[in-house]
Amino acid sequence: MNTKYLQFLPLLSFLFLWEILSRTLLNPLIIPPPSVVFKTLAIILIGNHPVYFLPLDFLYSLYHYVTGFGVAILLGIPLGMVIGWFRSADRFSYPLIELIRPIPPIAWIPIAIAILKLTHEAAAFVIFIGSFWPILLNTHFGVKSVERTWIDAALTLGVNSNGTMFRKVIFPASLPAIFTGIRVGSGVSWMCVVAAEMFGVSNYGMGYKLDFARGFSPDVVISYMIAIGIVGFALDRIYRYGEKRYLKWRG
Amino acid sequence: MSYKLEILNVTKTFNSEEGEIKALEDVNLSVNCCEFLCILGPSGCGKTTLLRLIAGLDYPSSGEIILDGKEVKDPSPDRGMVFQEFSLFPWRTVIKNVTFGLEIQGIDEEEQYRVANEYIELVGLKDFKNCYPYELSGGMKQRVAIARALATEPAILLMDEPFGSVDAQTRNVLQEELLQIWKRTEKTILFVTHSVDEAVYLADRVAVMSARPGRIIECMRINIARPRKRTSVEANVIREKLLTLLSSESLRIG
Repeated sequence: MNTKYLQFLPLLSFLFLWEILSRTLLNPLIIPPPSVVFKTLAIILIGNHPVYFLPLDFLYSLYHYVTGFGVAILLGIPLGMVIGWFRSADRFSYPLIELIRPIPPIAWIPIAIAILKLTHEAAAFVIFIGSFWPILLNTHFGVKSVERTWIDAALTLGVNSNGTMFRKVIFPASLPAIFTGIRVGSGVSWMCVVAAEMFGVSNYGMGYKLDFARGFSPDVVISYMIAIGIVGFALDRIYRYGEKRYLKWRG
Repeated sequence: MSYKLEILNVTKTFNSEEGEIKALEDVNLSVNCCEFLCILGPSGCGKTTLLRLIAGLDYPSSGEIILDGKEVKDPSPDRGMVFQEFSLFPWRTVIKNVTFGLEIQGIDEEEQYRVANEYIELVGLKDFKNCYPYELSGGMKQRVAIARALATEPAILLMDEPFGSVDAQTRNVLQEELLQIWKRTEKTILFVTHSVDEAVYLADRVAVMSARPGRIIECMRINIARPRKRTSVEANVIREKLLTLLSSESLRIG
């Protein structure tokens, strides 16, 4: 047997153990076995279920995620570059950032709903908070760690404006740190999608349905859990691929 | 006769927490066109500071630096600089590093590549032009740095201990190549080093700097015909003189 597949052994053992336990020690009405869960997953995936249709919920969740995460990228990267490059911007923003940053994104949910009501925007705002800080701070760190010699070399080669320096040196040099921020931020944002949707910002969404099914269909709950995990994994893979493609110069 | 580069009464002081540090004191130096001049001095004497002033990366506290009759105020590609190490842009391939200065000047792409290819060939890296810096050895990186500095056709090439971090064999090869490049391009080169051997092998003239605050204590012409032999008797005589000068200086900071 090919040893490559040996790495899946613990995963299969886990599923096997779960199946056994749920058919013996555990109550299958609370923890259904994987054989049941995967059947349910298939049903809600292809739309054979009267209440749950996973692809639609996926699109809603993706919409929330892309909006919040997208704004975090659009604001976090430029702001991170500014506070990384201009010492005074760093100095003056530091107390503000350090005060607001430790507030967990989930703690913003009541305020978000109070201001934006139960809307997509309220969810997007919480998701935005989740990835904004990692992206901002990693970009800031990236700019700070740009080698002085690169800047000097660029100056002697004729770069004479901040704009050109940003475009030609600071941004590409910070890109590895920016990617780290994007990956970390994406992970937090994806968690926030679930949390924000649980408050009922819309009647669809993977997080919303997860909470909705709580009382009566544990197989649906676990199906959504698995789907949420797979999407989170896929998102991370996309950014990893981006890293590999755009940072191949790191060797 | 007018000089290519003139350094007139240049003084540089830095403000630090312990007060003012005088890095350079009343430095005077004139460099002729197409001359290869080495600035030799103990570490910490301010020779890099002097080079940075000429590059325009820093300003003198007093005095003037004049290149081709014009005072130096800002960095400009008319003074190409080769740094000690790690100066290549790691996110750009060899050829894109060399085109950088031309790209900034807004020269069209075809011309950028034509010029860059020429200089890459000059430094012998034709087969590596699409490599990233991490794929190159230390010596190759410095060759790229030289090609990059030359690509904008500077009036003078400033080199800050460019071979300081490569192994001895590679350094000898690089020195030899640099002399050939110098001959072919007829550039004026200002080369900072702390190695007496390097200065004696490369330079038309050696400006010896004192320990901090740095001053030029002696300007010595190296009258050895080229190509030079590293082990010749005349080279040894000059080495001896320079070493004596330097050892008295190093003792002073001790």
